[in-house]
Amino acid sequence: MKKRITAILLTGILTVSSLSACGTDVASANAADAEKKEAIELTNVSYDPTRELYAAYNQVFEAYYEENFGQKITVTQSHGGSGKQALEVANGLEADVVTLALEGDVQVVADAGLIEDGFTSEFDLDSSPYTSTIVFLVRSGNPKSIYDWDDLIREDVGVITPNPKTSGGAMWNYLAAWYYFEQQGQSEEEILASIRKLYGNVVVLDSGARGATTSFVENKQGDVLLAWENEAFLSLKEYPGEYEIVVPSVSILCQPTVAVVDEVAKKHGTEAAAKEYLSYLYSEAAQEIEAQNFYRPSNKEVYNKYVFSAESNTITEVPADGKWINDNITLTNIEHFGGWAEARAKHFADGANFDQIYEQ
Amino acid sequence: MEIRKDSGIMKWILIGISFLFLGVFLLLPLFYIIATAFRDGIGGYLVAVTDEYAIKAALLTLKATLISVLINTFFGLAAAWCLTKFAFKGKKILSTFIDLPVTVSPIIAGLIYVLTFGRQGILYKYLDPYGIQIIFAVPGIVLATIFVTFPFISRELIPVLTAQGTDEEEAAALMGAKTFTIFRKVTLPHIKWALLYGVVLCTARAMGEFGAVSVLSGHLRGKTNTLPLYIELLYQGYDFTGAFAASSILVIMAIIILILRLLLQNKGKREV
Amino acid sequence: MKKKSIIPGFGLSFGITITILSVIVILPMCSLVVFASKLSFSEFLYTISRPRIMSGYFVSISTAFFASLINAVMGLVLAWVLVRYEFPGKRFLDGIIELPFALPTAVAGISLTHMTTTNGCVGKIFYDLFGIRIAYTRLGITIALIFIGIPFVVRSIQPVLEKIDLQYEEAAYILGADRKTTFRKVIFPEILPALISGFTLAFARCIGEYGSVVFIAGNTPYETEIVPLLIMAELQEFDYSAATSIALVMLFIAFVILSVNAIIQSRVSRRVSGIS
Repeated sequence: MKKRITAILLTGILTVSSLSACGTDVASANAADAEKKEAIELTNVSYDPTRELYAAYNQVFEAYYEENFGQKITVTQSHGGSGKQALEVANGLEADVVTLALEGDVQVVADAGLIEDGFTSEFDLDSSPYTSTIVFLVRSGNPKSIYDWDDLIREDVGVITPNPKTSGGAMWNYLAAWYYFEQQGQSEEEILASIRKLYGNVVVLDSGARGATTSFVENKQGDVLLAWENEAFLSLKEYPGEYEIVVPSVSILCQPTVAVVDEVAKKHGTEAAAKEYLSYLYSEAAQEIEAQNFYRPSNKEVYNKYVFSAESNTITEVPADGKWINDNITLTNIEHFGGWAEARAKHFADGANFDQIYEQ
Repeated sequence: MEIRKDSGIMKWILIGISFLFLGVFLLLPLFYIIATAFRDGIGGYLVAVTDEYAIKAALLTLKATLISVLINTFFGLAAAWCLTKFAFKGKKILSTFIDLPVTVSPIIAGLIYVLTFGRQGILYKYLDPYGIQIIFAVPGIVLATIFVTFPFISRELIPVLTAQGTDEEEAAALMGAKTFTIFRKVTLPHIKWALLYGVVLCTARAMGEFGAVSVLSGHLRGKTNTLPLYIELLYQGYDFTGAFAASSILVIMAIIILILRLLLQNKGKREV
Repeated sequence: MKKKSIIPGFGLSFGITITILSVIVILPMCSLVVFASKLSFSEFLYTISRPRIMSGYFVSISTAFFASLINAVMGLVLAWVLVRYEFPGKRFLDGIIELPFALPTAVAGISLTHMTTTNGCVGKIFYDLFGIRIAYTRLGITIALIFIGIPFVVRSIQPVLEKIDLQYEEAAYILGADRKTTFRKVIFPEILPALISGFTLAFARCIGEYGSVVFIAGNTPYETEIVPLLIMAELQEFDYSAATSIALVMLFIAFVILSVNAIIQSRVSRRVSGIS
């Protein structure tokens, strides 16, 4: 009997040590990093649609940094759903900087004790170097004559928008619609009824923004897609002649927020480089890249270069002269809803307004 | 042997149903994937599959698969031997726990590791001072892959081993054979094919695992992005064709493994 | 450990099994309990029994059940055909069974959805001829789950069927039993445990499936919303306790299904299951 127990213990120890062998893999990789200290490594954890933007920006920044600081720098990108990315950083994904879809998601990282308070005032304009807004994407010729938010609650219209409970970006869509009905002078109950009608028209409630675009573009579901302006332009570019962008009368200013993850940067000794990485996003060169990727730049001069004077609210193709920003739109922002914490509690928490829409 | 012959109409009906079922539910979606991968012509396909990050992702997937299959084979053999050759208390519970991982939603599978090894997790404060990072690094990916394919090999072995009984091993033991000799000379020949099935099943599933790995990987491009995650990245980045081209790499890798199995089986049959 | 077996190696194999099992499965699962226990018991009950969640359980379980049932029947046919018959294309058929495993579930989901919407190549036929919608309904979810579950049943039955001694069958045949009776009385009892075990594994796996279903489901609350999606929604809210509570229920369901399987195994045939 004794022999048996010893055998069990022995094999136990052996297996654990062999399993932990894969753990040491990383430790040795870290040691290798330490040897070639001269190149700084930054990790930028971002959300899904910014892939092209940061691929372009990183090249420019790497060149700029080497020229001005005499040091090589490489940036590793990570992309995914904004909320999910925030959770991963909070759970130990070692990001030096985060560039997420909304301030609320950066707040999650801050709540985990990784970012110092006041990150929204660390950089200019609430730490959002570029912005976007919510527009409509409709099929070519706009067969259902969809021009503004109230067209979305007509019975014959099929709407595609992702689920705000699983896609952070989709919260902007919901809030923009809310703001429109509020501007129409509706009472809160009436607004809720309108929103209920709108979501009653939703054909597919995808879990993410990209899934919604696929449902609309590849699977041909619904008549109108509520999309980020930058994503709508990408669809226009990818499928010329098949879609049109309709800019509604009001919408919401989507402010993606950037922040240095102080704790991680301290640990890596990359604080200065991380800060430089984010402030350079405001430089003219970077603002140009952002505008070319259909994000609204915050630099007024660059912004004015891309604005066109709109006669109609419909955009049928990517303008040949590159002037794509339609200025004829009233934008609210998250402050109107009392900030993210309040908007979340009122609209998206369990049992809050969004859940009530579906109560039977 | 005549039983196998006289099936007549029934035989062909069953064969027909099999082809139809697999054709509709399996080949049609596969065909669609390949067709989409080549939608932009062969040039677009080649650009997509030779991308630097695509190759890195494929290599990482291979690495994770290899380690997982090795550990699971080792475990599967031990567990199957233990569960079928001996009588002891708690056997039912043990066998249920072994099966549990495959039935756990991949989301939950990832979640439990985050809750264990993540910053808010129970073990984080013990591991962090030593610089050991489990999740958002390669070990986490390996762990998740082992988890989702955990019972595949023991599952294949147990029915065969039980059907075979313990008589032969007992005889060998009485004659004084050592553990490993019994295993190699008596047990292994019986379970050879079941083991092969198990390994192939495990490899295929390990390569394609998405959900659990996606929760644990951190998506660091070129570092912790496996092929399925890379596919998602392309898809999210509006590169529909690229995503399907990368998927076709997985299909090709799977086909290579399945061909290898066929070759091994043929060789085995000739030896018999 | 009452009667000592003469076969050596118990300690070794038992030790390896328990150690790996603890590190990979049991230890991490304990964290789930730790996080879920941050809720009081009444909060826990409320969290897991909200109407929206209840309808999620129903959708997940019912679609998984039908998909696994179809897979059980087709898996039996496939395994039979592959073991007993010789025909052109047999190798090919045998070879591709595992392919659904190698595909990331999301890719499978996206392709199936594209094919089965009312504009897709398969969905159009069904919609025009019969008025049946496939994608974005429970039917669509079931189809995705069939795709996911194909290998389970086939690969459970196949090895057992291969091992069955033809002599029994021949004996039955010589003694005058016709083919049907031989199958029912001789072969079927032999493969039944494997069939049940394949079915339960596929069933339990399908209940938790996320990647492929989320694209084809349409995710309409109360209609086609599955439980794993609801867990994701809770995580998005950063509500760990709610997410882990629902996850715990899912885990419990999986555990029950597997235990039922283990009990059936020992009832149906002590010899075949080996778990007595």
